[in-house]
Amino acid sequence: MTQPKPVPPGPPPRPPAQRLRVRFAKRGRMRFASHRDVARAIERAVRRSGLPVAYSGGFNPHPKLSYSGAVPTGVASEAEYVDIALTASCVPADVRDRLDAALPPGLDVIDVTESSAGNLADELQMSEWRVSLQGERADAVAAACRKFMAAGRIDVERSTAKGLRRFDARAAVVTLELDWRAVDSVTGGCAILRMVVRHMTPAVRPDDVLAALRQVAGLAPPSPPVVTRLAQGPLGAAAGGFFESGAAGSAAADCDTADGGAATGGVSASTW
Amino acid sequence: MESVYARLEPLLPRVRKPVQYVGGELNSSVKDWDDAEVRWALMYPDAYEVGVPNQGVQILYEVLNEREGVLAERTYSVWPDLEALMREHRIPQFTVDSHVPVRAFDVLGVSFATELGYTNLLTALDLGGIPLAAADRGEADPVVLAGGHAAFNPEPIAEFLDGAVLGDGEQAVLAVTELIRQWKRAGRPDGRDGLLTRLAVGAQVYVPKFYDVEYLADGRIKRVAPNRPGAPHTVAKHTVMDLDDWPYPRKPLVPVAESVHERSSVEIFRGCTRGCRFCQAGMITRPVRERSVTTIGDMVEAGIRATGFEEVGLLSLSSADHSEINEIAKGLADRYEGTNTGLSLPSTRVDAFNVTLANELSRNGRRSGLTFAPEGGSERIRKVINKMVTENDLIAAVTMAYTHGWRQVKLYFMCGLPTETDEDVLAIARIARAVIQAGRQATGRRDIRCTVSIGAFVPKPNTPFQWAAQCDAPTVDRRLAALGAALRRDPGYGRSIGFRYHDGKPSIIEGLLARGDRRVARVIRAVWQDGGRFDGWSEYFSFQRWERCAADALAGEPVDLAWYTTRERGYAEVLPWDHLDAGLDREWLWQDWEDAVDPAGAAEVEDCRWTPCYDCGVCPTMGTEIQIGPTGATLLPLSVAGSAGRSSRGDSAGHASHSGSASKDPADPADHANRPHHTHGVAQGHGSLA
Repeated sequence: MTQPKPVPPGPPPRPPAQRLRVRFAKRGRMRFASHRDVARAIERAVRRSGLPVAYSGGFNPHPKLSYSGAVPTGVASEAEYVDIALTASCVPADVRDRLDAALPPGLDVIDVTESSAGNLADELQMSEWRVSLQGERADAVAAACRKFMAAGRIDVERSTAKGLRRFDARAAVVTLELDWRAVDSVTGGCAILRMVVRHMTPAVRPDDVLAALRQVAGLAPPSPPVVTRLAQGPLGAAAGGFFESGAAGSAAADCDTADGGAATGGVSASTW
Repeated sequence: MESVYARLEPLLPRVRKPVQYVGGELNSSVKDWDDAEVRWALMYPDAYEVGVPNQGVQILYEVLNEREGVLAERTYSVWPDLEALMREHRIPQFTVDSHVPVRAFDVLGVSFATELGYTNLLTALDLGGIPLAAADRGEADPVVLAGGHAAFNPEPIAEFLDGAVLGDGEQAVLAVTELIRQWKRAGRPDGRDGLLTRLAVGAQVYVPKFYDVEYLADGRIKRVAPNRPGAPHTVAKHTVMDLDDWPYPRKPLVPVAESVHERSSVEIFRGCTRGCRFCQAGMITRPVRERSVTTIGDMVEAGIRATGFEEVGLLSLSSADHSEINEIAKGLADRYEGTNTGLSLPSTRVDAFNVTLANELSRNGRRSGLTFAPEGGSERIRKVINKMVTENDLIAAVTMAYTHGWRQVKLYFMCGLPTETDEDVLAIARIARAVIQAGRQATGRRDIRCTVSIGAFVPKPNTPFQWAAQCDAPTVDRRLAALGAALRRDPGYGRSIGFRYHDGKPSIIEGLLARGDRRVARVIRAVWQDGGRFDGWSEYFSFQRWERCAADALAGEPVDLAWYTTRERGYAEVLPWDHLDAGLDREWLWQDWEDAVDPAGAAEVEDCRWTPCYDCGVCPTMGTEIQIGPTGATLLPLSVAGSAGRSSRGDSAGHASHSGSASKDPADPADHANRPHHTHGVAQGHGSLA
């Protein structure tokens, strides 16, 4: 009864000739898109833009795209990455424009560079995050941050697909501080946190850090925080300058209660 | 107009799949509020993921937004998690485009592909701050119009509607728009009633309040009559001719959220005259009007360019019945060779599936699912429903599919058809085994599969079965259980045959809503007040609630749930939709009903595309005609096609009614309106109003 494994008709897929690394942002209302939503949108944008994307073989060929670890649904980002394999070499700046034009507003291409064969996960070892806490006083937040950083270990719980997990939220955090530059400009109660967090398993996300802050200092913002990933990079780059340069938008922008558009700080004023 | 988005945004992290509420889809449009004179909110009364691919809504959205001074936005049902938060924070039902409250629009146009959206209409009205009953609405409220297939009997929701539009929506929405514009410019003479009168007289809109219904002591309808001058005795459906002139949607919406149909769709023809007696869609969308090969090619290309979808669906009620389906399939497969673009026909008639289609649909490596709908298990019952396909046709079709690389086919059936016996249903098990056997033999493989999908038949208005007694739920469930047992009995086939079914209870409610009259509005309202929502979803649907509310709301009336569903109607009974005209000759329908249940065996009805016939009455009544090919045109390679421009359909083309399209090459429905409840395959729609 055994048959040779069926082979799809037609020529085999063309091999990749170039790998491009795309940095894109998830802004405004698009922060509510899930990773799967974003991946579908990018796949379609690649097709719409007519880029010579490489496909896998088999009966169900799919485009060769590989993503960095995505921000959770509801979290904005200025630094998501996808590597795209192309069957013919293209000019990165041109790809940037074509891809950006083909994506829905709010999913915005920031930069396209030639990528070595390096694996995204190996090169992106930590993230810088900005968290806006509506209705929180700056001094209370600053005190909570100090308590957090002073602690050796803070176990938090999060329900995941595999059930409730309990893990340490402290070890992954490199820095956690109140953004004092934002405090002056704030009239209503709103505090901005900045943190640099190492990518670990299990992943420690900003909401885990917030859960830990609640535990150690009773910090409980009255409305959902607005979280943005500002940058990703290799370990050791967080010493100061590196991440700052990637950050877009004014620190206080997330405190505008109105539209997420304000949060993008003019980077994409036209979007929302 | 103020957007509610700023107030909505903080709530979104607290709900499931928040991206469905933010809008911003590729190809969506946001026009300036103040520049528009007439503003439409188009609603699909189901979840966003079901509503957003709906072709009807997409077509009207584009047709309206293309017009100067006209604006259309979309709104969908919000899930109960957001509904609760919206109530708590006093956020009204909003459009996803600009997040404007629906109450601010001139028209709220709601598309009902199925009756199970009725409770969702009430949620939207209530959230929107619009009085549920049309009679309670004032000058500041929008005109609430229903469209879609269910609007051919809008009586159960007549109380909640200002109007209903039957049939194709493309021209109807423009006519309505023009009358609203004139009425507004004239200073809104005679207020709301003035506008409704204009719509009834000038745009073929059915306005329920202009008609009185009287009942007999036994509960049947005595008479339906207009209660004011100018309102016509019967309201006719709208029919768009020359579909090549209406190539919408040009730029299909591409949602960021996942939807039930992740593909670009092109309607290759509208209408179906196969004459399947259960099929409402096939009866109310007559006559057949094809798009030409060239227009289809242009629309496919425009759709792919505008969306980036990897699959193109060639939609219609029976896509392989297009007079040039082989040319279309081959032309498209040639064009898109090597681009990883898949081609799909939503469902294919077994006697129309052929080698060319099998080759072309699988040529690009991507095989979408293949679905055949024999509908009935025995030859006898297939005669009763006039679905004249043989078991040999079916075996030939699946064999071809399996040998062309498909590993799985889906087979649709119905249970509870008129005159059906247990044996008719059990015959399905034998067919499924024969299918697997043929597939194994043809391929030498053991890993081929078929899935039997079956649901309860619901008699629908404007079909020969509109008089039929609906099969009761216990009988349906008993037959389904017996079929399931029979399918599992033979261990040699167990894993090769999947079995999916929908139990009989939801179909009874669908039956109540499909053939109900104005008294059923009380039941719908009671169910909604009791928390009824999303009745098309098994996790929300509660038969018990419907049963209880029906008993309470109809107490004191000579009618009840069984009266509306499992009761056979007589020739002389006035049906609730008799004053609404789909063009079908009532005598013809009755004769067809009698032919179906003739104890000597059912009589066959031919397809008028191939056997000239005007007996159903639609063409003479509506002034329409069959528009089919062949045009003889072929699809040119893309570089040339781009400049070739519009359809070059010759004289021999479209209007050759009954032009002996010698290549009888039929096919079949896919997602007709009579698909089992709780399957969301129906998001296709026909540009039916909103």
